[in-house]
Amino acid sequence: MLVQHLPVLQVIVPLMAAPACLMLRRSSLAWLFSLIVSGTTFLISAVLLQQVMTSGTIIYELGGWSAPWGIEYRIDELNSYLLLIISAISTVILLAAHTSIEKEIPKDRHTFFYVLYLLSLAGMLGIVATGDAFNVFVFLEISSLSAYSLISLGKDRRSLWASYQYLIMGTIGATFILIGIGLMYQMTGTLNMEDLAKRLPEVAHTRTVFAAFAFFIVGVCLKLALFPLHLWMPNAYAYAPSIVTAFFAATSTKVAIYLLIRFTFSIFGLSFSFTTLPLQTIFLTLGLLGIFSASIAAIYQKNVKHLLAYSSVAQIGYMIVGYSISTTAGLMATLLHLFNHALMKGALFLALGAVMFRIGSTQLRDFQGLGRQMPITMAAIVVGGLSLIGVPLTVGFISKWYLVLAAIENGWWPIAALILLGSLLAIVYVWRIVEAAYFKEPSIDREPIKEAPLTFLVPVWILVTANIYFGVDTRLSVQVAQAASQSLFGVSP
Amino acid sequence: MNLSLELMLQLCIILPLITTLGIVATGRNPNLREGVTISAALLVFYFVINLYHGLQQGEHISVHWGQILPGLQLSFTIEALGMIFALIASFLWFITTIYSIGYMRSHHEKNQTRFYCCFAIAIGCVMGIAFADNLFTLFIFYEVLTLSTYPLVTHAGTEKAKKGGRIYLGILLSTSIVFFLLAIVSTWFVAGTLNFKPGGIFGPEPNIMLVSVILVLFVFGIGKAAIMPFHRWLPAAMVAPTPVSSLLHAVAVVKAGVFTVLKVCVFIFGIDLLDKLSSTQFLLYLAGATVLLASLVAMRQDNLKARLAYSTVSQLGYITLGALLASTSGVIGSSMHIATHAFGKITLFFCAGAILVAAHKSKISEMGGLGRQMPITMVAFFIASLSIIGVPPAGGTWSKWYLLMGTMEAEQWILMAVLMISSLLNIVYLLPIPIRAFFPANMTSAGDLTIKEAPLPSLIALCITCVTCIVLFAYPQPLYELATSIMGTPGVVHGQ
Repeated sequence: MLVQHLPVLQVIVPLMAAPACLMLRRSSLAWLFSLIVSGTTFLISAVLLQQVMTSGTIIYELGGWSAPWGIEYRIDELNSYLLLIISAISTVILLAAHTSIEKEIPKDRHTFFYVLYLLSLAGMLGIVATGDAFNVFVFLEISSLSAYSLISLGKDRRSLWASYQYLIMGTIGATFILIGIGLMYQMTGTLNMEDLAKRLPEVAHTRTVFAAFAFFIVGVCLKLALFPLHLWMPNAYAYAPSIVTAFFAATSTKVAIYLLIRFTFSIFGLSFSFTTLPLQTIFLTLGLLGIFSASIAAIYQKNVKHLLAYSSVAQIGYMIVGYSISTTAGLMATLLHLFNHALMKGALFLALGAVMFRIGSTQLRDFQGLGRQMPITMAAIVVGGLSLIGVPLTVGFISKWYLVLAAIENGWWPIAALILLGSLLAIVYVWRIVEAAYFKEPSIDREPIKEAPLTFLVPVWILVTANIYFGVDTRLSVQVAQAASQSLFGVSP
Repeated sequence: MNLSLELMLQLCIILPLITTLGIVATGRNPNLREGVTISAALLVFYFVINLYHGLQQGEHISVHWGQILPGLQLSFTIEALGMIFALIASFLWFITTIYSIGYMRSHHEKNQTRFYCCFAIAIGCVMGIAFADNLFTLFIFYEVLTLSTYPLVTHAGTEKAKKGGRIYLGILLSTSIVFFLLAIVSTWFVAGTLNFKPGGIFGPEPNIMLVSVILVLFVFGIGKAAIMPFHRWLPAAMVAPTPVSSLLHAVAVVKAGVFTVLKVCVFIFGIDLLDKLSSTQFLLYLAGATVLLASLVAMRQDNLKARLAYSTVSQLGYITLGALLASTSGVIGSSMHIATHAFGKITLFFCAGAILVAAHKSKISEMGGLGRQMPITMVAFFIASLSIIGVPPAGGTWSKWYLLMGTMEAEQWILMAVLMISSLLNIVYLLPIPIRAFFPANMTSAGDLTIKEAPLPSLIALCITCVTCIVLFAYPQPLYELATSIMGTPGVVHGQ
């Protein structure tokens, strides 16, 4: 009975829980409550994935109104995969939240933090779960608005500025998306994605549809921080509270990439996006430029949070390159990297949270001597970094393998070489952290510090272990990514 | 013990890794800690010997650890070439541990627990490489080997160690990610498999152009084989403590490189195909150039370890060259050279370490007259030098013999000349050291009588490896048999 409502519960539970959370005055209670809610969404998404993998796409009609009149939730391989990533990462990161925000957010705002966190989670899950284009926009705004506020909760006053920057850019992005969806509606008279996909080909040659497509794509690219639209991201990540950074770095850009894939592959269709319009060339160029420029920028950062934020821009470049190959293999590489990158960046930013908790800074120069003082946390950063580089036995290697293979299968030899060259830059920026932590003595005026508390170490190491586990046993990620990309290409698996 | 050969094969790889736990647990008691390492080393050696007997009896042993990606398994098997490598590495792990006890303690090195841990992990990886049944498995252990040796290279923790570590990791990781990985993915794309197979996996009619490029990618990508211009990491790694330089950077890591080259040449390309590729000749000359240039650079080094490092680069060039010759003798010579060079070079490094510990000297120009205070060390140095040069009564004679035969078989006269000139250069840069030690230019200055031989464990270790050099000359039969059986697997009989 309940099982058939799971697609909507996935979104409703956190959405309803957010205002409920407001009533819990005690920080620890609110934390526990959010953790349970997030855990529930994780369980739901696991069940959904299981169902989708065994019995195919789940269609849920909201309020019993059938599409295209009512809103429809469609859970196929791609959605359920994304839902699982988001809810899982959110839950693991919440484990550390209670300890982390103690030092980074004033006590009276703790409850707000959890409310916003849950809203943001609900928004992201909603974007992914829904089968309705306008619904996408609604949830996008829910998640974005809560994101702006979450970022502004940062201790550093610059977080206000970063949040404002993000607000402006994000709003432009959302507006563009809305314009895009509006134009689509104007031409087809429908907002249901399935319906849109059926009706768009009839009007595909019109200027309005081209404009709709362009608005939508640019809007989404702003959201996913594709080079050169990434400028809001480094500051937003660097000055937000650590937990928020870890959560967004691991999930929010993934949602934007989902939108990109969903709209170009399922709605506009491959031939419109890649043959009629030169999306392939544009994205390939921007992806590669993003990989190199952001990686080089990462090398010169003095703040480790900035460094990793630029690295995220570069990693998004890899996903976009895989996407632009526009074959099943390429899309599969992108989807794998989506999953793998969430694990890497989740682990790394959460470990940075632990560093922040102990030394109150994430400046590279303050990392001196941390290799000895916080050995377990630093070991996590090293493993996460190796995964970022793409060393075998980590998830990073799996993504790289598929991405290079996809490029070669497509005959793009130089691209394959460039992708690998890009990972050399990752060695450089990761090793700057390693050398700072292990080869320098701590400055004398710093108080001796202890290893991070268990509430940090446990979630950090859950993610680090996942980095290794899914680098060795790739059945889950590879199978689902394969099924998702095949179904997007309309190939029966 | 009554273990199945399959289990032993797995234990060879796993046991060193488990040993790290024992080492950490006994870290407070150095004697116990070294006891753990030594017993693990002995056990691994015992397992490898058993596997060797199994191989001789023609048993087929293979183990699968499940697949990482569809079609890409972690699997292991035994085969003659890998067996040579495993025998050397496991035996020398034991010897080096004995040597380290003397060296590390009298040199008052810090963080010895970490040192022995990383050492054990590195050996586990070497075993994984030696027994790997496919390129994918090999690559994984190859990369982990790089990472596990990084803390050993930077052991001192100084600015210089950090720089050395940067070059080490930078070159090894870069080449392996950009070239090696690309080569592997391309091979997978072209051949559809990565399993090592006698005669190669590219099939009868491959795209010669593409496969030629892949060969270049492989040779450049296997940075551990130190083909110029990707050799700089090896001299840079010399900042490590001497036991590391001797076992890892004269035997385990560098041999992992040339072993991989050999394995790729014989079991991925197959020597028949190798002969047809357009890039082979270019790579042969590159290897030849490495041999000569590295010898020339070695002559100009005054730091003993640096000279030995460049000598290693040059000798590795021999092995790569032999592999690329695409002739039976070349492959035999190369695989025998893996063994003979290992014993020769490790002895030289042991001697260098002994001199450093006992006399606190690292510059060759200061070593005149040392023969009087350290006669055993210097005699060992002399014999090991002979092995590297390739003259009787040392094992290097045989491998160089076959390598020369290989160049003749392939009618590569220029390369034959290169090998011979390089042997002369070896004499020039190695022999003066023991000669000066016994017959200093200035007899009166050989004064400092406080210098004694190195600590006993170190001395024993270097004597054992030195004697092995001679044994390999007098009794090369088992090694030769293994080397010939690399090409002559049942059903596929090549040449001769």
